[in-house]
Order: sequence, then C-alpha cells, then structure tokens
Amino acid sequence: MPSDAEVGTTGAGPLLEVTGLEVSYGDVPVLHGVDLTVGTGERVAVVGESGSGKSTTAAAVLALLPGRGRVTAGSIRFAGEDVTHAPESRLRRLRGREVGLVPQDPMSNLNPATRVGAQVAETLVAHGLAKGRAARDRAIELLVEAGIEQPERRYRQFPHEFSGGMRQRVLIAMALACEPALLIADEPTSALDVTVQRRILDHLETLRASRGASLLMVTHDLGLAADRADRIVVMSKGHVVETGPAEAILRDPQHEYTRRLVAAAPSVNASKVVAAGGVSVTERSAGPDASARPLLEVDDLVRTYRVRGRREPLVAVDHVSFSLQAGTTTAVVGESGSGKTTVARMVLGLEEPTSGEVRLDGEVVRTARGAARRAVRRAMQPVFQDPYASLDPTFTVERIVDEPLRVFGVGDKRSRRARVTDLLEQVALPASVGQRFPGELSGGQRQRVAIARALALDPRLMVCDEAVSALDVLVQDQVMTLLEDLQRDLGISFLFITHDLAVVRQLARDVVVMRNGRVVEHGTVDAVFASPAEDYTRDLLDAIPGAGFFS
Amino acid sequence: MGRYLGIRALQSVVTLVLSSIVVFLGVRALPGDPARALAGEEATPETLAAIRADLGLDDPLPQQYLAFLGQLVRGDLGTSVRTGQPVTELLAATLPVTLWLSLGALLVAIVVGIGAGVAAAVYRGRWPEWLANGFTLVALSVPSFWLGILAILYLAVGLGWFPASGFVPLREDPLRWAYHLVLPSVVLGTALAAVVMRQTRASMITALSTDYVRTARAKGMPRGKVLTRFALRNSLIVVVTIVGLQLGGLISGAVVTERIFGLPGFGKLTLDSVFTRDYPVIQAVVVVVTAAYVVINLAVDVLYSVINPRIRVGGSQA
Repeated sequence: MPSDAEVGTTGAGPLLEVTGLEVSYGDVPVLHGVDLTVGTGERVAVVGESGSGKSTTAAAVLALLPGRGRVTAGSIRFAGEDVTHAPESRLRRLRGREVGLVPQDPMSNLNPATRVGAQVAETLVAHGLAKGRAARDRAIELLVEAGIEQPERRYRQFPHEFSGGMRQRVLIAMALACEPALLIADEPTSALDVTVQRRILDHLETLRASRGASLLMVTHDLGLAADRADRIVVMSKGHVVETGPAEAILRDPQHEYTRRLVAAAPSVNASKVVAAGGVSVTERSAGPDASARPLLEVDDLVRTYRVRGRREPLVAVDHVSFSLQAGTTTAVVGESGSGKTTVARMVLGLEEPTSGEVRLDGEVVRTARGAARRAVRRAMQPVFQDPYASLDPTFTVERIVDEPLRVFGVGDKRSRRARVTDLLEQVALPASVGQRFPGELSGGQRQRVAIARALALDPRLMVCDEAVSALDVLVQDQVMTLLEDLQRDLGISFLFITHDLAVVRQLARDVVVMRNGRVVEHGTVDAVFASPAEDYTRDLLDAIPGAGFFS
Repeated sequence: MGRYLGIRALQSVVTLVLSSIVVFLGVRALPGDPARALAGEEATPETLAAIRADLGLDDPLPQQYLAFLGQLVRGDLGTSVRTGQPVTELLAATLPVTLWLSLGALLVAIVVGIGAGVAAAVYRGRWPEWLANGFTLVALSVPSFWLGILAILYLAVGLGWFPASGFVPLREDPLRWAYHLVLPSVVLGTALAAVVMRQTRASMITALSTDYVRTARAKGMPRGKVLTRFALRNSLIVVVTIVGLQLGGLISGAVVTERIFGLPGFGKLTLDSVFTRDYPVIQAVVVVVTAAYVVINLAVDVLYSVINPRIRVGGSQA
C-alpha cells in the first residue's frame, strides 16, 4: 500500500500515527492493517463507503470502539506516545483534552436532559481546566466563538430548543473546549442542509486554523474531502487503498476503487453524465412532447398549520404551482423547512391542501372518490428517504413487494408471485432476496426493494422523497442509474424531492427551487443551473462540495 | 412550567369530581337497603322510613350527591355502621400504617430495582446481569403472600431477626417502628423491584449505546458521571412511568401483606368493612384510594417534567 512519504507538511514528526491497525468486532475482522498519519496542523480526510472501516478507524483512535470491538494488532501513537492499549485514566486525558471529537449527527449527540451550556462547561470541568463560574464564562465564550448568538440565553436552553445547525455548533464548541491538538470530525455535517453545511465547515476551518490544530475528517463525500483536506486517505473494506494530496487523488486516481468513487460522485457538471455512459441531459430534454397535457399539475397549493403559542398560522406551502410532463423528471429542491416534503405529501394525497389542488391526468386528487380515487392512488407511488425505516422489518421482501398487489386485488397467488420475481429482477435483485427480511439487506438493496414495491402497480408517477440521500456514493449512483433505466423502459415520471443539487443535475429535466414555502425559481435544469436568477439558487449551487474540482 | 403544572392540577380536580360521582352511584347501585342494614331485618316500615328520611335517602339523587360532596369537602366521611366511630377517625388510625408500608416497599423497589438494573446493563453478559435476571424471574413468579409466609417462618420465627407481626407508631418509637416495617416492606416491594429492574436494565442498555453517551466519553467525562448524568438520567424517564403505573398495584398488594403481618392498616380496614357491609367506610376507602391514584399520577407528571426538559417547555418556546 502507498507509504506516507509526503507526511507531516508542517511539523517534525506526525501528531497521530496509526500503524498496521487491525480491529475485530467479536471474531469478525473489520480493519486489516490500516496505516495512517496526521501531521501537526495537517488536514487529512478518510473517504470510503459505509462499511469501509473509516469510522471504526476514527473510533479506535479514541478507544471508543462500540460493542465487542477491539484492537487485535498494530499501534496508535499520539505525539510519539503509544496509546493503543493505554489504561482508562490515560485515555480520559486523550479524549477531549488532546483529541476533540465532532460527531456526525447533531440531533442525537447532545444529552437531551441537560442544559446546552452546562454540557460545554462540563468538558472543561472534567479536565480540570476551569470550574464553577469560570467554566461557565469560558463555555459562553466558546459558544460565541462557535457562532451562537445570544449565548447567555442559549446557555440555559436544552438541546431540543436548538436547530440541527446550532446543535452542531455546540458540538464544535465542546470539541474545541480544551484546545485539543487533533480534531476528529466524523461526517461532521452530513446530516445538515447543504448551505448550513458550508457555513459550519467554514467556521470549523477558521477555528481549527486559528488554533493550529490538526484535523482528521471522516466522510463519504469525495467533494467535501477535496474541498476541506490537504490529504485524502481512501478506504475500502478495511484497507487503505490509496492516499495522497487531495487534488492528485481527484484528478488522477490510481486505484480502481478510487476511480469508481470519483466517477460516481454526483456532479454539477453535465458532461460527466455523458462520459459515465448515462443519459445525457440533452437527450432527456428532447424527450417526450412538451406540448402534451402534463401528467401532474400542482395548482396554487397552500398549506397552513396552526402552531401552539402563535397567533398567525404557519404557512408551510405558499401558493405553489408547477407541472410535470409524462415521462420526465421534475425535481423540487430546497433546504429543510422549505416545504418541499409537504408538497410531496399533498401530491400523494397524504395531506389535505388548505387551498389549491393537485391534478393527476386531469383528475383532482382531493375530490376523487371511489374507483377514481383508487385509480389515482394506484397511479402514484412513493419511495421514501430512509430505506431502514420505510420497510416493515417483520415482513419478508416478497410480502413487502406483494402487498400493493394484494391490496388492489391484482391477480391470484401464483401470478402475483411471478410478478414479484419480475419486479425484483427489474430492480436488479435476485429472486432469492424475496425470502429474506429487510434487516438482512444493505441500504442500497433495501431502497431497491422500496422501488420494486412502488413499481408493483405500474404507476405512472413515482414520488421520491430524498430517495437517494441516505445512500453511499457508489450505491446512490447505481440507484440513480436504475431510475433512469426505468424511466427509459417504462416511461415512468418522477417527482424528485431532494436537497442535493448534484442529484438533480443527473436525473431531472425540470427543477423547482423552493424557499420558505414559496417557489423562487422554476425552469429546466439546464437553464436554471446555467444562469440562476435568484441569489438563493446560486447559494445552493455554490454550496455543493467539490463543485470546483469536478467542473 | 407553572402553566403546565396548573393545567395538570386542574385535570386532577376534574378526575376527582368524576370519580366521586362514580363512587356515589356505585355504592347506591349495590344490592340491599342501607336503612334495612342499619335497622336490622326485623325493623318496622315506620322505622325504615324514619331512617331513610334521616339519612336523606328519599331525596332526589342529584341532591343526595351534592350533600355527599358537601360532606366530603368538609372532611366528613360519615360514621361507621359497624363500630359507630367517625370514618375519618378510622382512616386516621389506619392510613399511616399503609402509607409507611407503601413508602417502604417503594424504597426497596427503587433501591434494589434501579441498582440491579444499572448493574445488569453495565456488566452485560457477566455475572451481575445473570444474578439480576435470576432475581427478577423469582421475584415475579413468587406470590407475595407465600414470600411473606416464608419470611416470617425463617427470618422472624426461625432466626428471630425481625418481628413476625405488629406495628409501632412512628411517634412512639422510631427505631421499633422501622424495625417492624422492614420485613413487610421487602415482601411488598420485591415484585415491584423486579419490574423496576427489568425496565431500568432495558432503558440503560439503550441509553448506553446512544450517541450522546459516546460523545460524553469522547470528551473525557469520568465513567461514573457518564453513567449517572447521561445514561441513568435519561433512562429514568421510562422508569418513572412504570413505577407510577405500578404504585396502584402496591396499594392493593398492601391489603394482603398487612393481613400476613398483622398490620392494623388500610387493607385490614377494607376487608373488615367489606365483610360487614359497612357502606360509609367502603365509600370512604374508595374515595381515598382514588384520590391517592390521582395524587400519584400528578406526582409522576411533576417528576417527569423535572427529569425531561422537553415536557417542561411544552413546545411554546422558540
């Protein structure tokens, strides 16, 4: 494997040196001789898919391997000292004092029962750096540094009163509290909106640089790694397959796996799609007859909610109109809270609009009754974001895919079984998967099952709510290719709800940009991406990690 | 916070009024004539009519209810038919016994249950967990009366460590008071301890694998603090619910335990008055038990809001 000849750009010896690290969970080895170094002041990104061992490597450094995980061979040296099998007392100083951790999910990493400020202060207290009033004052300073306004008021609040971005700022404040020499950031912003993500990463970088700390970042996002790291370590199946300067890795990947990763990275650049053998944007734009009556018409939709403790109702969706031609894909993009999911729910008839209407092939979804309603329901099928939560864990895959057929009374038992096999084949899953349970499948396989289930009733429209957002880059690429194939072969239309503009570029013909419940921009992807009329759209486009590298 | 508690208190009052109606109607729906029960089988119709008029039994039901409610509010629960004593006096004599017994049992349940639950979760797959699991299995399977008899037989009569029966009021002799309560409290609290242990263990296992516990360790918090302030505190939210639900069972369980240990408590009073059809006492017992339930529920809700800040704010703050 590549050696680390180009190590330690600024310091004498490496700050963190992982040599031949092997880790097993129980008897199952997951890391096979990982070598990794982080120089003083250096920023290193570890990139790979789920299961590549990148998070395990980060956890091993802090001796925080979950469950039955243990280091079986190799060493971890921090500032020259071997800490591989250090006692708990030594590790306590390492954790928080010498190495700070910025964890992945801001929603679940703060203690829900303790005030936010106290959680920052207790880090200082735990390492004996300050106590009482001094700890409190320092914690407030740290909150200010992390970009939290009104810190005195915020100090006394609980995590549930903070947004995701604000919580991530708190976690950053906690990680930096003891001025650690090394920061480990495990997917620090993958749970956040793209514009929030950029602001927070910028902020983290400013704070890190001012302290001269090193950074070990774990991410599945190659673009993010390219933007934010000096050096990239690519991991696959518990091995380091390639390491080198960020730009070299992206422009000239040596290892086969890295090449696939680079090729699969969704990009804002259309030419890449053609190069990768997908359907080019021009082909798609020239597709079906644009003058035909649209399949889906969303007409002046409004949805308001009454919020306790507020006089005026909250307007979640504010006079939204757009239409979708048969056989094409329209993407609705926007950040959390922009109302895009509410639009999707109203299209599916899962939620009643306050006013306005949704028409599918001229039939008003809200007023359709009886047979017409069943027909409308059949013609539209959803695919949801989380393939872990949207499949019943007690059903076999066959039963999941078969369920819509049973509900609508399609065919008899034998013909339905044949249909399920066909459907699984359509989404490139072997028939044997039918007898398995969702828990035994990978994320990508589960999402294929969800797509097969949606396909069962030959829908004309599939509503995909962030259907690829939870998937790894390579898997995401495969699922997007599958969706493109389905559109080409079956003429299915897609309404794609997403926050990821790179995905939009690859899949959609038209795009609707939403903000605060309103449509701020609407047009073909080519037109909107080439010359965004709104600052907001430009912001979203700029915020895509790695945009500069791929274009 | 204040508003939340205000609403909960108001809800409790409504519950109490509704339950008083049920109690009132329930007692009147019982077969038999209270006047005849008072005067005896041989009473003349004139005597019965006089008693009825005297007790207001001829008035329309709403009026009777209001009279009943009025007495209730003034703390007048009537007079025992059996002993002729005011019911309030009977309650004052017996209620403390049951209260102390229940509190003792609760203490046993919380100390043993939470302690064993935490130990089982922390030392998962090792002997403390097996021991705790074995304890729950036995504690849940063994009926409390049998456990009580065994305890008396071996610990009281055999070894002579504890008194076999009886009760000493707290004011008379605090030491002997506690001494007499130990065995009944353990017997009554054992089953609840098992339930609490199971729940604590399950929630602790969940809490220990949460991200915030990992983050707490990653920032170098000492192990003890991670266990208590992070894991246990969040686990208690569920445990408090279970304890609140089970406390009702504790009161009915006390009836049996008091009988076994010869404690002059509420349970004994209930049994005696049911067997002698002492309606005023039965009525009062039901009212007191209902009130106890309502107060326990209110207490659980208050505790909740202390433990769980998400309830405290009630979603009204930005």
